Amino acid sequence: MPVDIDIARVAHLARIALGDDELAIYGDQLAHILEHAERVQALPTEGVEPTSHPLPMVNAFRPDVVTGSLERDEALAGAPDTEDGYFRVPKILDES
Amino acid sequence: MTDLADLTIAEAGAGLRAGEFTAVDLLEAVQRRAAVTEAHLHAFLTLDRDGARLAAEAADVAIADRDPRPLLGIPVALKDNMVTKGIETTAASQILAGWIPPYDGTAVRRLKRAGAVIVGKTNLDEFAMGSSTENSAYGTTRNPWNTDTVPGGSSGGSAAAVAVGSALGGFGSDTGGSIRQPAALTGTVGVRPTYGLVSRYGLIAFASSLDQIGTFARSVRDAATLLEAVAGWDPLDATSYHGDVPPLARSIDAGVAGLRVGVVTELTGEGIDPQILAATKAMVDRLSDAGAAVVEISIPAIEYALSAYYLIAPAECSANLARFDGVRYGLRVDGATTEEMMGKTRAEGFGPEVTRRILLGTYALSAGYYDAFYGQAQRVRTLLRNEFATAYAKVDVLVSPTSPTTAFEVGAKTEDPLTMYLSDICTIPTNLAGDAAISVPIGLDDGGLPIGFQIMVPALCEETMFRAAAEVERLAGFAARPPLATSEVVAP
Repeated sequence: MPVDIDIARVAHLARIALGDDELAIYGDQLAHILEHAERVQALPTEGVEPTSHPLPMVNAFRPDVVTGSLERDEALAGAPDTEDGYFRVPKILDES
Repeated sequence: MTDLADLTIAEAGAGLRAGEFTAVDLLEAVQRRAAVTEAHLHAFLTLDRDGARLAAEAADVAIADRDPRPLLGIPVALKDNMVTKGIETTAASQILAGWIPPYDGTAVRRLKRAGAVIVGKTNLDEFAMGSSTENSAYGTTRNPWNTDTVPGGSSGGSAAAVAVGSALGGFGSDTGGSIRQPAALTGTVGVRPTYGLVSRYGLIAFASSLDQIGTFARSVRDAATLLEAVAGWDPLDATSYHGDVPPLARSIDAGVAGLRVGVVTELTGEGIDPQILAATKAMVDRLSDAGAAVVEISIPAIEYALSAYYLIAPAECSANLARFDGVRYGLRVDGATTEEMMGKTRAEGFGPEVTRRILLGTYALSAGYYDAFYGQAQRVRTLLRNEFATAYAKVDVLVSPTSPTTAFEVGAKTEDPLTMYLSDICTIPTNLAGDAAISVPIGLDDGGLPIGFQIMVPALCEETMFRAAAEVERLAGFAARPPLATSEVVAP
């Protein structure tokens, strides 16, 4: 059975501005793909620990020593827009 | 006389050290091969002629000084999701068009330190999402065995380049089969090492718990030599393996006498091309004749691997690709607000398959669905890992076909994403388990297209994997070369 998806909400969460036609296509495709996920959901897994990662590791530490990093100009070199050594973006908050 | 472009790395290394030819000669041979085949293949997105020339000249100086490093002067091709300082790196996406990285990834840095000559950056499915290289924003790569067919993917460019002789070795990444499946479709050897064996620092991330850098070559030994140069702990990748790198090629000539081989029931039946099944069975019989103890092994959870993978991989991809937002690098499409700019940038910058997976992953991780989709898939992953562990208590290696089909025609599977996803049915289980596996060419089908044989081993058992693979290679005696690499076609 196709899964019911609010595809417009999903696209908004993903910050991908899609038109209505595209949303309809992706919505149908996702519903179809997720039908197969129902097989996974039907498997009994009570008491099974999830595997988030293939290696048994908790944390990775290194000595707290200052090491080199990119120069500011190098870090900014690929940016679409910069100003005074900063990344520049359009306004974030409405000024009204 | 053999064209230098058709040598293995071992042969080329011996010839260089014996003074039979120079690293510059070798580079010019692969560059000539690329010059006449690229119009048919489009294996490369970027060729770094100047950088390669400088590296080859430096290698010649070192070789004259009796420097013994095995990759010194060897021309290699890198998948374009491996970050290279000063060389455009796009991951075959519009959203990174024109990006010149300010740093080298760890594997790239180690290759340079090993004296390898980086000839260029190869095509892939955008952000490594696909099984045919058709999802590239810069055009499809073709298979040198038949240019009407795909080379597989996502590392199709590296596979095609190594197959045709535009490089002696190649590097790719394998998240669900993206090295082994194209290796199978192009008649090359492809290795997906144990998760964490090669640092992912500077590999543009797709699904972080599954991604792993690995190698392409025209022999099993070459594939091991390439891997030895890049394997090992890296403080810049917290998930890299912190122990000593196990010996990779130590037992490569040991044969398979006494080796316990399990044939995976779930990967040798329905859904696999009959010619591939027959070739697989014939190779298993020959392994048995060569002294291996062969049994059949069932891993029932494999039936759920594909479905679990298509929840886990998109979920992780949706998180990783959030970084492409038009702020720090790559494409920006203007908007009145930052949010509008981001939405437009991502809509224009990502192709359909990447968009589909980001949406799928965003949905699977969204409030109210996380446990039902991502959490459940991770529990199924545990079930699969447990079954693999049980199997490996009984056998040393597991074997299967690498791909359910040989190379398919361009366009044949682009309409229905689910059909394409089935291309990785034999390879995905290894990624979910975090183990290592290799694909070795064992013959051609009746259409003249290569068939790959997969050998899987537990994590960090690459030594056994290369041992079994070398015997499969010897038994198969696969020496065919793709038509596009033969001299008639290549003559200028």
